[in-house]
Amino acid sequence: MTTPTRAPAEPSARLKRETVRYMWAYLFILPQLVFFIVFTIYPIIMSYVYSFFEWSGFGPLSDFVRFDNFVRLVKDDKFWNAFGNSLVFMAVKIVILMPTTLLMALVLNHAFFKGKVFYRTVFFLPVVATTSIVGIIMKFIFGNDQALVNEVLKALGLISDPIPWLGQSGTAMGVLIVVGSWKFFGMMMVYWLAGLQSLPGDVYEAAKVDGAGYWQTLRSVTLPLLVPVGSVILLLTVVNSMNVFDLVKTLTDGGPFFATETVDLYIYNYAFSTSGFPQIGYASAAGIVFGLTIFVITLLLGWLGRRTGNSRQSRTAKQAMGGM
Amino acid sequence: MAARFSVRSAALHLVLIVLGIVWIYPFVWMIFSSLKTNTEFIVSGFKLLPEHAQWDNYARAWKTGNFSAYFSNSVIITCTTVAIVVIMCALTGYALGRVKFPGYKLFVLAITATMFIPKGYTIIPIYQIIKHLGLLNTMAGIIVAESSGAHVLFILLYMTYFQNLPKELEEASEMDGCGFLRTFFRIMLPLAKPIIATTAIMQFIWTWNSFFVPLIFSLNKPELRTLAVGMYAFVGEHTVDWSGMAAGASIAVVPVVLVFIVFQRFFIEGISGSVKG
Repeated sequence: MTTPTRAPAEPSARLKRETVRYMWAYLFILPQLVFFIVFTIYPIIMSYVYSFFEWSGFGPLSDFVRFDNFVRLVKDDKFWNAFGNSLVFMAVKIVILMPTTLLMALVLNHAFFKGKVFYRTVFFLPVVATTSIVGIIMKFIFGNDQALVNEVLKALGLISDPIPWLGQSGTAMGVLIVVGSWKFFGMMMVYWLAGLQSLPGDVYEAAKVDGAGYWQTLRSVTLPLLVPVGSVILLLTVVNSMNVFDLVKTLTDGGPFFATETVDLYIYNYAFSTSGFPQIGYASAAGIVFGLTIFVITLLLGWLGRRTGNSRQSRTAKQAMGGM
Repeated sequence: MAARFSVRSAALHLVLIVLGIVWIYPFVWMIFSSLKTNTEFIVSGFKLLPEHAQWDNYARAWKTGNFSAYFSNSVIITCTTVAIVVIMCALTGYALGRVKFPGYKLFVLAITATMFIPKGYTIIPIYQIIKHLGLLNTMAGIIVAESSGAHVLFILLYMTYFQNLPKELEEASEMDGCGFLRTFFRIMLPLAKPIIATTAIMQFIWTWNSFFVPLIFSLNKPELRTLAVGMYAFVGEHTVDWSGMAAGASIAVVPVVLVFIVFQRFFIEGISGSVKG
């Protein structure tokens, strides 16, 4: 009994088999569905609901304040400061990482180059190291006058006096961005490598036949073909850059004087801070405003990615988006 | 031609090795610092080797620093979360990959649509739910919160894998009298070992490294701290025990790095899957 000729003679048995299979399928997705509804859908809805209330998280939701939380938020300079910090962190990190990680992937992917797995492992290591602990280690590496970075720079003759890296606003943000980029570099490198390996081989054959050299092939074949994958990578990096909490909390804790406070830290401080009364409604409003901003950014990027790809490549991009 | 390539690649190797050393130097520094005395830690500048290896730092972090408790919390939370997530995603992926049930499309659409909503921004309601379930300040609460989320990548990995298995497998198993459930557990799931490995390793590394969720859920109950959170608390409480701090950091980071190095093939495959689909 092979598939195409199966059981047209007994439709009721087949129907019964299908029904049984449906029942099992529903049973199989049930745990995930429950988790999804309870811990994803419901929280999304509730964070909107909370944002219209003045609420400390204890007792009933009774103090409906309409748009007061949002009004207060928009008027709060500290929120816009955090908002700006988050965007600066994201933008600079992307500008640093997009070209450098692509370059590294191209080098490692080169057919004549040996030791790909070794280098990939080395440059990937920061990705798997616990972020909060990386933050603490980096605090000691940059943190004081005798810290490693200052000692090295002094030994190299680049500076004569130690720099208080985490003590002044500009350098603290700089350290945060450098460490954040270092931490995520390996991830993007692997994304690019995956993208490079999924490129169609026949195009390269054709380029070879046409007598194109490495650089020419890179410029007119590889890079254009990578655009759709690149837009997916950009999207993933944007989403990743919103979650700086672990690093900011442990490395600078938002300091000095809120110079590195990002939106997720701002929200944490209102919702969970042990000093003072938690302001759940207000924190939710902040989460919504920032979340919507990011949503708009990802939509724009997705739209841009779809526009730049041709039909075949945009199919790859769509698959890639679906595959996240 | 060949000679030019070898000179060029030798130069490249040199650049990459120097860069690679700088790259992982923070970890090397951490491990060597964990063997120094506290005085050495401050005055030794960038001298790496300690006078005598101070293994005592580890004993101090383990006992006085509570790292033994943190370590066992990390192990319990991580392993349970991995088991829950892997089973849940395998079940979901199998149903989606093998049965086109009514509502199938809607389900896939719904989980992929919420993919871009970061966890940190829905944590407040999640915290309230855990509270209402009576799981606040319990290990179970942390595990449930860690297992939450839509696991889009994992589900799609299982879905594609099960989709591509031949239909005859299932039919042969049914002819042998196995039902849906038995076919899944006896025939299909064992075939999905590579995906099980990928998802388990990825979830292991994520949960082990998780900081935000265990931090929030152990704010009022320090006994529930994991290594990532315990380390943060340790730095706050023992401000001058730098080498103890380095020892604690090593205890937390070395296991996860080893797990990655041993199983990296699976991990990299999973990551690549997120761009390739």
